[in-house]
Amino acid sequence: MDIRLEAIGHDYGRTEVLRDITLDIPSGRIVCLVGPSGCGKSTLLRLIGGLERPARGRVLMLGEPPADCLNPLTFVFQDFALLPWRTVRGNVALVLEDHRLPPGRMEAVISDVLARTRLSDFAGALPRQLSGGMKQRVAIARALAVNPAVMLMDEPLSALDAQTRELLMDDLVALWTRTPFTAVYVTHNLAEAVRLGHRVAVLSRRPGRIREVVEIDRPLGERGYADADLERIQKHLWGLMRDEARAADEELVDG
Amino acid sequence: MADTAAGMAAAVEVPFRGGGFAPRPKRWVGPATFLALIALAEWGTWAGWISPLTLPRPSAVVETLIALARSGLMFDHLLPSLTRLAVGAALGVGAGIAVGVLIGLFSHLRAALVPLVAALFPIPKIALLPLFVIWFGIDEGSKYALIAFGTFTPTVVATFGAVDNVDRSLIRMGQSFGLSWWSIVRKIVLPGAMPGILSGLRISLAIAIILLVAAEMLGARYGIGAYILEAGALYDLERLFAGVVILSLLGVLTSAAIGALERRLLGWRG
Repeated sequence: MDIRLEAIGHDYGRTEVLRDITLDIPSGRIVCLVGPSGCGKSTLLRLIGGLERPARGRVLMLGEPPADCLNPLTFVFQDFALLPWRTVRGNVALVLEDHRLPPGRMEAVISDVLARTRLSDFAGALPRQLSGGMKQRVAIARALAVNPAVMLMDEPLSALDAQTRELLMDDLVALWTRTPFTAVYVTHNLAEAVRLGHRVAVLSRRPGRIREVVEIDRPLGERGYADADLERIQKHLWGLMRDEARAADEELVDG
Repeated sequence: MADTAAGMAAAVEVPFRGGGFAPRPKRWVGPATFLALIALAEWGTWAGWISPLTLPRPSAVVETLIALARSGLMFDHLLPSLTRLAVGAALGVGAGIAVGVLIGLFSHLRAALVPLVAALFPIPKIALLPLFVIWFGIDEGSKYALIAFGTFTPTVVATFGAVDNVDRSLIRMGQSFGLSWWSIVRKIVLPGAMPGILSGLRISLAIAIILLVAAEMLGARYGIGAYILEAGALYDLERLFAGVVILSLLGVLTSAAIGALERRLLGWRG
C-alpha cells in the first residue's frame, strides 16, 4: 500500500503550519521527514495517520493493505506511550484485544513480535523497570503486532541517549532487512535520516514546505557508521537546513 | 609549595545542603504516638490532675468496650451502622465515579454538571436530613440517601479531576491503534485515573463516617451514633468515649483498606 499526499496545507488558529505538501510514500520504503523544529513535520505525520484532519489537500491510501493487517497506519511515538500499569506482554496485547483473534493467535503474535525485538525474556516486566531503549523496542513490538501497512514514526529515537540510539538504529535496519516495511520517519537528526531513509524530504521552517527530496540508493544494510557518500549527503541536507534552522530559532513561538 | 600550603589552609569541607523533603515510612511512630497520649491521660486521671469530669480514664473506657462486646450490644450497634455505611457509601461512590468519568469525557455534560456539583458540594448534607426523611422515609432509606449524597459530590470532583489528568498521549496512542471508545475508557482512562479516584475515596469515606453518626443521632435506636447520643445525654463519659473509639477504629480500618486497595491496584507505580 502506498501513501500519497496531495497539496496538504494546515493551520493552527491563524498560524499556517504546512503549505502545499505533495509527496509519495512508496511501499516497502522508509521516507524520512527532516526539518527545523516547529516546521510542522510531526503535524504532517499526525495528518497522515488520521489523528488530525488537514485544512487543505488530501491524504490518499493507494492499494489494499496486506490481508492480515489489523491497523494499516500505525504510530511509534517519541515518548513511547506505553501503559505503565501493563506488562510488556500486556502492552502488546492491548492493541490485539479488540480484534477477536482466533484462540491462540494472539499469544502466537505476541511471542513472535517479542522475539523479533529481543524482548522475550522481559514479557512480564513493567515499563518502569525498563531502560529507554527497551521501552521503545516494546513500542516497536506493539506496532509490529498489528502488521501495519505503514509505520508512522515520530522521532522514535529522540528521547534516547546516543549509544542507545545507535543500537536501536541497527535494530531497525535488521528488522527492515528481514521484512521490509513502509515507514514515514520524522526526525530532526540528519544522521538518522541518512542511515534509515530511502528518501529524505527536507521541510522549510514554518509554514513547512518541501524544500527538496533526496533519494539515497545505497541499501540500508550497507550503510556504515562513517560512510563518505552518506557524509556528503548529510552535509548537503545540513546545507539546506542550516539557514532555515537559524531563522526558525529566532522566531517568537506565537509570533 | 606555598600555593598548596595556602590551599590547605583555606580548605573547608562543603557543607551538606540536601536532605529533607522526602517523607519515608516510619512504622512504629504512629502507634507510639497513640500509646504515649493514652498513657498520659491514664496517668493524669489516676494521679488526679485531670478530673474525671474532663476526661474518662482510658482503662475505664477499655473496660466499657469489653463489657459492651461481652453483652453482645456492640454487635447490635455495629451491624446496622456498618450496613448503612456500606450501602450509602457504595451508592454514593459508585454514582460519583460514573458521573465524574462522564464529566471528564463529555464537554456538554461537563458544562452542565460542574456548576451543579459546585452548588451541591458546600451544602451541609445534614441540613437536608428532614427533606430526606420526607423523600426516602424515616427508616434506613433516609440514612442511605444522606451518606450517598455526602460521598457523591467529593467523589465526582476527585474523579473528573483524575480523568482530566490522564496522559493525553496514551489516549492518542489508543486512538492511533483503532481501539474502540469503550476500550479506551476501560483500559486507558479508568486505570490512569485510578490514583486520583482512590485518594478521593479516602476523603469520601471519612465524610461517610461523619454523616453516618449524624444520621443516627437524628432518629435511630441502634447504631454507634445512637449509642454515643444516649451516653452523652446521660453524661456517661466512659460510654461516650467507647463510642468515639469505635468510630476512630472504623476510620483507621477504612483508611487501611484503601491503602491495601492502592497497593493492589497501583502496584505498577512502584
